[in-house]
Amino acid sequence: MTMTGNTGNNGRTLLRGARVLGGEPLDVLIDGERIAEVGSGLDAAGAEVVEAEGRVLLPGLVDLHTHLREPGREDSETVLTGTRAAAKGGFTAVHAMANTFPVADTAGVVEQVWRLGRESGYCDVQPVGAVTVGLEGKQLAELGAMHDSAADVRVFSDDGKCVDDAVIMRRALEYVKAFDGVVAQHAQEPRLTEGAQMNEGVVSAELGLGGWPAVAEESIIARDVLLAAHVGSRVHICHLSTAGSVELVRWAKSKGWQVTAEVTPHHLLLTDELVRSYDPVYKVNPPLRTEADVRALREALADGTIDCVATDHAPHPHEDKDCEWGAAAMGMVGLETALSVVQHTMVETGLLDWAGVAERMSGRPAAIGRLEGQGRPVAAGEPANLVLLDPDYRGSVDSACFASRSRNTPYQGRDLPGRVTHTWLRGRATVVDGKLA
Amino acid sequence: MKRHLISAADLTRDDAVLILDTAEEMARVADRPIKKLPTLRGRTVVNLFFEDSTRTRISFEAAAKRLSADVINFSAKGSSVSKGESLKDTALTLEAMGADAVVIRHPGSGAPHRLATSGWIGGSVVNAGDGTHEHPTQALLDAFTIRRRLSGGEGDLAGRRITIVGDVLHSRVARSNVYLLSTLGAEVTLVAPPTLVPVGVGAWPCEVSYDLDSVVAKSDAVMMLRVQRERMNAAFFPTEREYSRRYGLDGQRMARMPEHAVVMHPGPMNRGMEITAEVADSPRCTAVEQVANGVSIRMAVLYLLLGGAEPAVSGSLPPEAASSAPGTAARTEENE
Repeated sequence: MTMTGNTGNNGRTLLRGARVLGGEPLDVLIDGERIAEVGSGLDAAGAEVVEAEGRVLLPGLVDLHTHLREPGREDSETVLTGTRAAAKGGFTAVHAMANTFPVADTAGVVEQVWRLGRESGYCDVQPVGAVTVGLEGKQLAELGAMHDSAADVRVFSDDGKCVDDAVIMRRALEYVKAFDGVVAQHAQEPRLTEGAQMNEGVVSAELGLGGWPAVAEESIIARDVLLAAHVGSRVHICHLSTAGSVELVRWAKSKGWQVTAEVTPHHLLLTDELVRSYDPVYKVNPPLRTEADVRALREALADGTIDCVATDHAPHPHEDKDCEWGAAAMGMVGLETALSVVQHTMVETGLLDWAGVAERMSGRPAAIGRLEGQGRPVAAGEPANLVLLDPDYRGSVDSACFASRSRNTPYQGRDLPGRVTHTWLRGRATVVDGKLA
Repeated sequence: MKRHLISAADLTRDDAVLILDTAEEMARVADRPIKKLPTLRGRTVVNLFFEDSTRTRISFEAAAKRLSADVINFSAKGSSVSKGESLKDTALTLEAMGADAVVIRHPGSGAPHRLATSGWIGGSVVNAGDGTHEHPTQALLDAFTIRRRLSGGEGDLAGRRITIVGDVLHSRVARSNVYLLSTLGAEVTLVAPPTLVPVGVGAWPCEVSYDLDSVVAKSDAVMMLRVQRERMNAAFFPTEREYSRRYGLDGQRMARMPEHAVVMHPGPMNRGMEITAEVADSPRCTAVEQVANGVSIRMAVLYLLLGGAEPAVSGSLPPEAASSAPGTAARTEENE
């Protein structure tokens, strides 16, 4: 790969020989913030040239589920470090979850996060608003005010906690219809998961760790798809983790209800067998499930039952993982490994082609979040939000190279394919040759 | 090199029999006027207890002292641990003090495993009970007791039918016993209300029954687990009375057991709950014997983990047994 000069702001850049959505090599000309032309043998005059050499070009990735931790837990991540990690992972937009300190349950907090995102410049930050005040599940937060704010919130979630009160959930679903919002549910029946430490099954029985049964997720999903149907609203299911949840979403979609769902990269790859190590790097909520669940999730992502991949990027400081299982925090970082895990689990298994990856990591999540200018086709006139990746790259994950402030990855030392070499946010390179620009 | 005892599931039949045989040697020492052996002189054993358990702690303490080890008791209560010190920092402190073995009791399942595999300490780790995971020395002393009562104190437990009754879900004793007793060839049956049997028990090497009466008559040993009264409040069973009626051991049920069969209890007993006073105080109940055997088993474990090649009791151990000692009790080659 050769670069002629630096990729500057808002200039002209010609990507030569890029396999757009994994197709035949084409040239793509970026002019300013937009794609000017896609074709063969495009004129390089006046443009910086990036020799794509057959690498794959996708629309910039969009994450519906990111914990940026700011405000409040800047020791684990900030909007700046989190968006740098996002850019390195090929993302051009992330949805910042609301479980910060203070909680993003007012227009003031969501505007602060939105503004920090704009200042970072590495990717768009779309704040998610809390459904209830303080994530307490009792009183609706000012959803309308958050929508009307500069942050233009469309996605509302108490993620980390389930909106378990059926009436509050019903009201939230109804209320957001006024501004085309969506409630993203963290499906976890609280009473069934008291003291839960891992998936309930053969492994938890052996390890003596409190079980997190699949039914605790599935019972909430069953209730919420019925509620969404009843009130004619949109519900989005966060981090679907069980085969049973897949069946419920498939059934709801067959009814024509407005139900969407996401799956995390780690639930596409890892199983609860890893918990036998008692290494808290594998502690996550919802927990790692079984091989059968992993298989069902992959198939559901392939056939469209699950709409999209969302990272649930959850940074934690070292001391919160360098301890015994019970004392450890739940969560894994994921922005910088998501695309590799999807390539490994979905592309190299033949379940998805690159166009399918683009749909599930860019098009669908942008549509669910009603994000304008993201998740668009790679075509003339569209915003130049793009990621160029080298699918032939082979290497092992080294968290020391992460841009994230946290290192709690379950993939440390694991061989994963593919690597993001370039990311463009509205024509500006945020990543060049795998390094932040 | 294997050097920890974390889980009964890690023990092979030969490992387990060696520990039991060694414990028999140790038990003979207890009958001598002077009960002390010089074997672990100069070695330091730390009892690191994050949970109150006077019984288990003093059992390990007695075992280590009879082997002439220096013993340090580190109780989490009133220490830096209660002020928020992490397991890691506690471990690093013990390491700096030169602990050759750490005997750990912890409320969190997996804490001993973590201690043994995290690289925080270099010494041996002995699991003295972790959360609802395992309590391997309890299982060893139970097996030792059964073997003495039913198999003449030698060999394994092939063909013996052993019933474990009570709160299996929350019991580290049950988990360790299921693995160890089945490794030793016994047929294990768990009896409990369905609420107190873990989801996933189907993968365990044992049978499960919900009906105590149908099982006692076919049991060579019936092991009663302690049932905490608080479980009633979490709706695991309706009332104490109903629990006692269906899953408690009283004189009538005991009378249906075969003549040679024994009643066991790891203690402390809830008299009137899982066991009546009549049964607890009968000669068929081995509860007190189990305590005495606990010291012998813990001596054997500490000796085999720390003793190296020297025979524990002069001339009494076969050399091949002694030389294989460090490899007997084991966990997690992958992290070493």
